[in-house]
Amino acid sequence: MNFKCKFKRQFLSGPYMVWIVGFILLPILMILYYGLTDSAGSFTLQNITAITEPIHMKALLLSLKLALLCTAVCLILAYPLAMILNGLHLKRQSFVVFIFMLPMWMNLMLRILAWQLLLSNNGIFNTVLESLGLAKVQLLNTSSAVVFGMVYDFLPFMILPIYNSMSRIGSDVIDAAKDLGANTLQVFLKIILPLTVSGVISGIIMVFVPALTSFVISDLLGGGKVLLIGNVIEQEFMQSMDWNMGSGLSIVLMVFVIASMAFMNAHGNEEGGAAVW
Amino acid sequence: MVKKISGRIYLSAIFLFLYFPILVLIVLSFNDSKSRVAWGGFTGKWYVSMFQNTAIMRAFATTIQITLTASVLATVIGTLAAIGIQAMRRRGKAILLGATNIPLLNADIVTGISMMLLFVRFTRLGFLTVLVAHLTFDIPYVILNVLPRLNATSKSAYEAALDLGATPLYAFYKIVWPDIRPGVFSGFLMAVTMSLDDFSITYFTKGAGVNTLSTMLYTELRKGIRPEMYALSTLLFGIALLLLLLINFRSARKNDIHN
Amino acid sequence: MAKELIHLSHISKSYDGTLVLDDLDLGIKENAFVTLLGPSGCGKTTTLRLLGGFETPDRGQVFFDGADITSLPPNERKLNTVFQKYALFPHMSIAENIAFGLKISKKSKSYINDKIKYALKLVNLDGYEKRSVDSLSGGQQQRIAIARAIVNEPKVLLLDEPLGALDLKLRQDMQYELIRLKEELGITFVYVTHDQEEALTMSDSIVVMNQGYIQQIGTPEDIYNEPCNAFVADFIGDSNIIDGVMLKDKLVQILGVTIPCVDTGFGEHQPVDVVIRPEDVELSDPPDGFLEGDVASIIFKGVHYEIEVTAGGYDWLVHTTKMYPVGTHVGISVIPFNIQIMNKPESNDEKAVETGEF
Repeated sequence: MNFKCKFKRQFLSGPYMVWIVGFILLPILMILYYGLTDSAGSFTLQNITAITEPIHMKALLLSLKLALLCTAVCLILAYPLAMILNGLHLKRQSFVVFIFMLPMWMNLMLRILAWQLLLSNNGIFNTVLESLGLAKVQLLNTSSAVVFGMVYDFLPFMILPIYNSMSRIGSDVIDAAKDLGANTLQVFLKIILPLTVSGVISGIIMVFVPALTSFVISDLLGGGKVLLIGNVIEQEFMQSMDWNMGSGLSIVLMVFVIASMAFMNAHGNEEGGAAVW
Repeated sequence: MVKKISGRIYLSAIFLFLYFPILVLIVLSFNDSKSRVAWGGFTGKWYVSMFQNTAIMRAFATTIQITLTASVLATVIGTLAAIGIQAMRRRGKAILLGATNIPLLNADIVTGISMMLLFVRFTRLGFLTVLVAHLTFDIPYVILNVLPRLNATSKSAYEAALDLGATPLYAFYKIVWPDIRPGVFSGFLMAVTMSLDDFSITYFTKGAGVNTLSTMLYTELRKGIRPEMYALSTLLFGIALLLLLLINFRSARKNDIHN
Repeated sequence: MAKELIHLSHISKSYDGTLVLDDLDLGIKENAFVTLLGPSGCGKTTTLRLLGGFETPDRGQVFFDGADITSLPPNERKLNTVFQKYALFPHMSIAENIAFGLKISKKSKSYINDKIKYALKLVNLDGYEKRSVDSLSGGQQQRIAIARAIVNEPKVLLLDEPLGALDLKLRQDMQYELIRLKEELGITFVYVTHDQEEALTMSDSIVVMNQGYIQQIGTPEDIYNEPCNAFVADFIGDSNIIDGVMLKDKLVQILGVTIPCVDTGFGEHQPVDVVIRPEDVELSDPPDGFLEGDVASIIFKGVHYEIEVTAGGYDWLVHTTKMYPVGTHVGISVIPFNIQIMNKPESNDEKAVETGEF
């Protein structure tokens, strides 16, 4: 009886298993196949090693640089914000989620449009600068504009996990630390910081990975002048029509994504582990 | 006291950073002048021309079709999958959950490209391929929202219902379903959010002729900014605000009843 | 006579307009085991948090060893707290948890190590240094919480319902453990609980609180045998509380009969509460006793039978070692010494609570 029930229940995930094989695993095999063959279909590593070509390398390094910058800015902005929000002792946490989710519900393109407006040569920032008697600044179509856009787009992904991990710290744990003689700084360094490491790590992953692989923000706010690795791959597929090269570079990008996640997780576990023992 | 005030200032600054760009779009959508900085009087003409713009309206319709179809199907497939996964042994569970994480963690651009490579080999790109692609990244969100709820559901209550003579289906509907319903609902909402906002994956799997709002706007933005887009922004922001308020109101009321 | 170590002077505190403590005045002697006892919301935890420094009173002062510590932050107070839900630091090992306070006060490494060993031995958890918090049971976590507090050698240990989350058997074991600890350490314990049995077992003196007021202070024997009002009587153990009229000194009327008692000074024809403990009610054959009634129910409780007798329109709770089948016609008597006379509560609030939660 019990056995029969169990058998039936597992069966329910059947459609999804088919889905996994057909639309998750198979596409990845496709990208591996294209990435490791040339246009004639014979095996090659050229598409992978193409990352060392100066133009590709430059794009990859710029992507890493901007993604790191964006992640750092998000972390610096989000951590104090999460602390302040947590200190408000809001009765409804969902309110916080609401406030920071709302801009994300706006279409990404329209959010980018807003920044185009703000940063353009005759946009609001430059108008304000002019009216103050200062010189105009070229903002749009620069790396800074891309970082601005990325921070705007990804900041909520940093705020929410940090805020969550912070709100899970019981007030009695903080009280206990104070009771044992810790002052405000010691409470922060010895209790709050270590207990929010996991939130910080998931925040970093959730910001760094999309920032590293983005191509839309750099395309629209960088005006084609800021070439990231995502843009290179997109152009290989949509303009040069060199799918093998595009797939090869995608594999490299995937490796970077996996490596950065593994690095963060390992680092997180190490931290957590050190704290446990 | 000083700490409190500086906290409030900081909070307001971030709030301004998040909402000022949106505010600018809303103000400009009612601006009679095409200028980005000068106020030329109040007008509703951009809204009129937005509704008359067939490209925008068609993209709008396609977005809604894709989003709703993908979210509903993903909710059904994902919920069933979660129930199945929960009944599995550790090994099978780990493998399936690992596969579920791939579309969530992989870069959107890689997911999009890999699916495009698969689709062009076996079929033509179009509405259907976009739908399949959306389902692929929607289902994991449903599973990850339903599974924790399922795990928290008391197994003994379900078994007690069977013991009292309920059929498995009736017991599921009466005992398990009420417990997992919030998870199913939030999974559905996540799927809607992800589908509405997706650009990269749609972009690579759509082919010519099919456009969602995201891909349509991308092409348009590369050409230049048109004031109808301000009107569209305001409209979409209004819809998002309304929907989120509705959801929040619902859950807030539920909490109040609980307390 | 031990000297007074802590004095709470005319403390008032309210949250969101609700008065939690109203002009509370309480002294705590050195080396005493003092229990603050009362139903939830009576202000006992707030009192403890005022001592710990986690709250500041709206009015009044807190004195410690003669010094005003009202606005001193918790980290500068010579008291340590054991929290209700243990509040161990989840990211630290047991040893790191215990060492926390010592590291803050910059003690030497060898001193800290010795202290950890000593504290773990004291709470019967030798060898647990390297364990993680998650791997411990509730009872073990509570012992660690106690160890973490006492290594700092506080003059006073504050305990906020420390046994509330434990099961009955463990709770009883821990009660003896705490008494032993207090004797070994020779420091003051201020203990908060809503469990009257805990309070009676462990305390040197009990402070019964309700609605932000102190109802009675006394030894466990005083509180049990001589409750000063109906609330205390009802809260501590089971009681028969009957409306009565004090006719004159040493004579009270309840349920239509007049019986002798030993209390004086209530005036004449004054409405009073008459409290009689169930074990003080004596059952006999009907002609004897001041009331007659019928046994309505009987439950075997091991040491005694718990019997309900309907007599004079009141359901009497009786504890007796003799068996009376349901329906038996019995007589009820109580010797005058075991009849407690109490003034009626003054405020309606007190009345409401008295008939409410417990």
